[in-house]
Amino acid sequence: MKTIEVENVSRIFRISSEKEILALDDVSLHVKEGEVFGLLGPNGAGKTTLIKILATLLLPSKGRAFVAGHDVVKEPAKVRRVINLVSGGETPGYGSITTRENLWFFSQLYGLPKGESMKRIAKLSEDFALQEYLNTRTHKLSTGYRQRLNLARGLINDPKVLFLDEPTLGLDVITAKRIREIVRNRVKNGSGNSILITTHYMVEADQICDRIAIIDRGRIIALGTPAELKKMVSKQTIVSIETQPIDGGMDFISSIAGVNGYSQTDEPSIGRIKLKVVLNEEGALQNVIQAVSARGRIFEITKSEPTLEDVYIALVGKGFE
Amino acid sequence: MSSLHEFQVNVRVAIARARVRIKGTIQDPAWMIAEMIIPMFSIGGFILLYRALGAPASYSGFVIVGGAMIAFWTNMLWGMAAQFYWEKEVGNLEIYFVAPISRMAILLGMALGSVVTMVLRVFGIVFFGILLFNVSLNIADPIALAIIFALTLASLYSLGMVFSSLYLLWGREAWKLNELLVEPTYFLSGFFFQIRGNAAVPLALQFASSFIPMTFGLDGLRKVLVLGQGLQSVLLEVSVLAAFSLALFVAAHYVLAYMENLAKKEGRLTLRWQ
Repeated sequence: MKTIEVENVSRIFRISSEKEILALDDVSLHVKEGEVFGLLGPNGAGKTTLIKILATLLLPSKGRAFVAGHDVVKEPAKVRRVINLVSGGETPGYGSITTRENLWFFSQLYGLPKGESMKRIAKLSEDFALQEYLNTRTHKLSTGYRQRLNLARGLINDPKVLFLDEPTLGLDVITAKRIREIVRNRVKNGSGNSILITTHYMVEADQICDRIAIIDRGRIIALGTPAELKKMVSKQTIVSIETQPIDGGMDFISSIAGVNGYSQTDEPSIGRIKLKVVLNEEGALQNVIQAVSARGRIFEITKSEPTLEDVYIALVGKGFE
Repeated sequence: MSSLHEFQVNVRVAIARARVRIKGTIQDPAWMIAEMIIPMFSIGGFILLYRALGAPASYSGFVIVGGAMIAFWTNMLWGMAAQFYWEKEVGNLEIYFVAPISRMAILLGMALGSVVTMVLRVFGIVFFGILLFNVSLNIADPIALAIIFALTLASLYSLGMVFSSLYLLWGREAWKLNELLVEPTYFLSGFFFQIRGNAAVPLALQFASSFIPMTFGLDGLRKVLVLGQGLQSVLLEVSVLAAFSLALFVAAHYVLAYMENLAKKEGRLTLRWQ
């Protein structure tokens, strides 16, 4: 059963009388019950715009979208009864009241009776390790704990459909891992819950998503399970090259015959650049090595297994910027 | 969800929002002191001026009433109308708009919370007015006082709900409207002197002041709180304030829905930069 359906949705933002931005361009997808569906793409790709349309915060310029069978434009009240939204990096709530009082307040937005509300607060505070801060005013909490509170808030109404917009943004490794576990646990054992998550962390998407849509400049350029997506580059060769910084940048790599695309990670602390190059044919590797070594020293070359990042590079020709 | 359940949820939301505001205020007692003491300077200035000019003693009472009610006007503008802007800045607005509740319930909660804290300020100002300037009040009909006071606040906060919809669309730009409404309203509503029926005030200004609910609220409160008059003498004020309250509350419902839709269409509901 489909809990989210998006049919040919486009969204245009009018910046001025002469300038418009096409944030979503004819997007269609669906999310099944019990599924964690990932929207993967760089900043400005349109991920948040789509989530805001589905969460009834924004109207589409074109197309239709349904959540739990309800039209997000025509029946927003019905949609709101079954959803919640968590935007990562946000720390909403009121600093002058305690963690418990904040969670209680947010539970009231969904009409939870006191007993039920307290039960959920106890459970969520355990899940997010907030117990010892329940009676602390939230302006005294660290940013990480306020983000945990925000995530707990997003689950206070036990939503059938949860929208997570970059939920682990800025979180420490342990908390991020815990959140991924909670996300996975919400959909398992036939709970009927679904989660739509946006992220630009490839590993995160790979770990927790059942299916992923890769989105770039408002368009879905690939959609499938992580394994299916990686299969798209299984015939291609992926090599990692560590080199010294090269004057004039690395754009020359794109023009080498047989190169599909590349991404670059700067490592200034060790004075190196890590390149990931996707090759259409293994024979092109020799050309890449020659071109790079002519410009700077190569420290290491390794062949790697395909990742979602490689899929993105193969499709777009470059990594996330 | 039945209509009754929906209504119950919205009432709980309003109470919960009011509770948050009251708790927040109580935990900051310095704010309460500043709210009670600082207004006494302008109030004191007018009282001393009236006394120096030999004005009737009731004028000092008028100033106390006006000084106390200013709190509600500024609170309506900055603590309620502008509240959606602040909520947007801290990320709460999205949460409210994703929840299956009436936006009016949130605003009502803010109003209720404000009224409780503002009433404390009013008592403080009246207390210090009596203590420092020996101002005497004359309450002959407490019921009339309660009715006028409740209707003044109802009309005022309904107006705040209408203004809050502007913040949904214009964000910080709507501040200019607030700034525009502070000093002219102090003047036109007659916070420190009576406007309606005052021969010194041109008729055009008296007419213009009739469009501000606060003018009638202040007139009514002065009659029942300072001049010792009863309900019969404030029937006009009661009627006008009741009409203002009803019309503005209904208008707020439609204007909020319209502005929300417009904001969703233009993508302004969740953008922070505006």
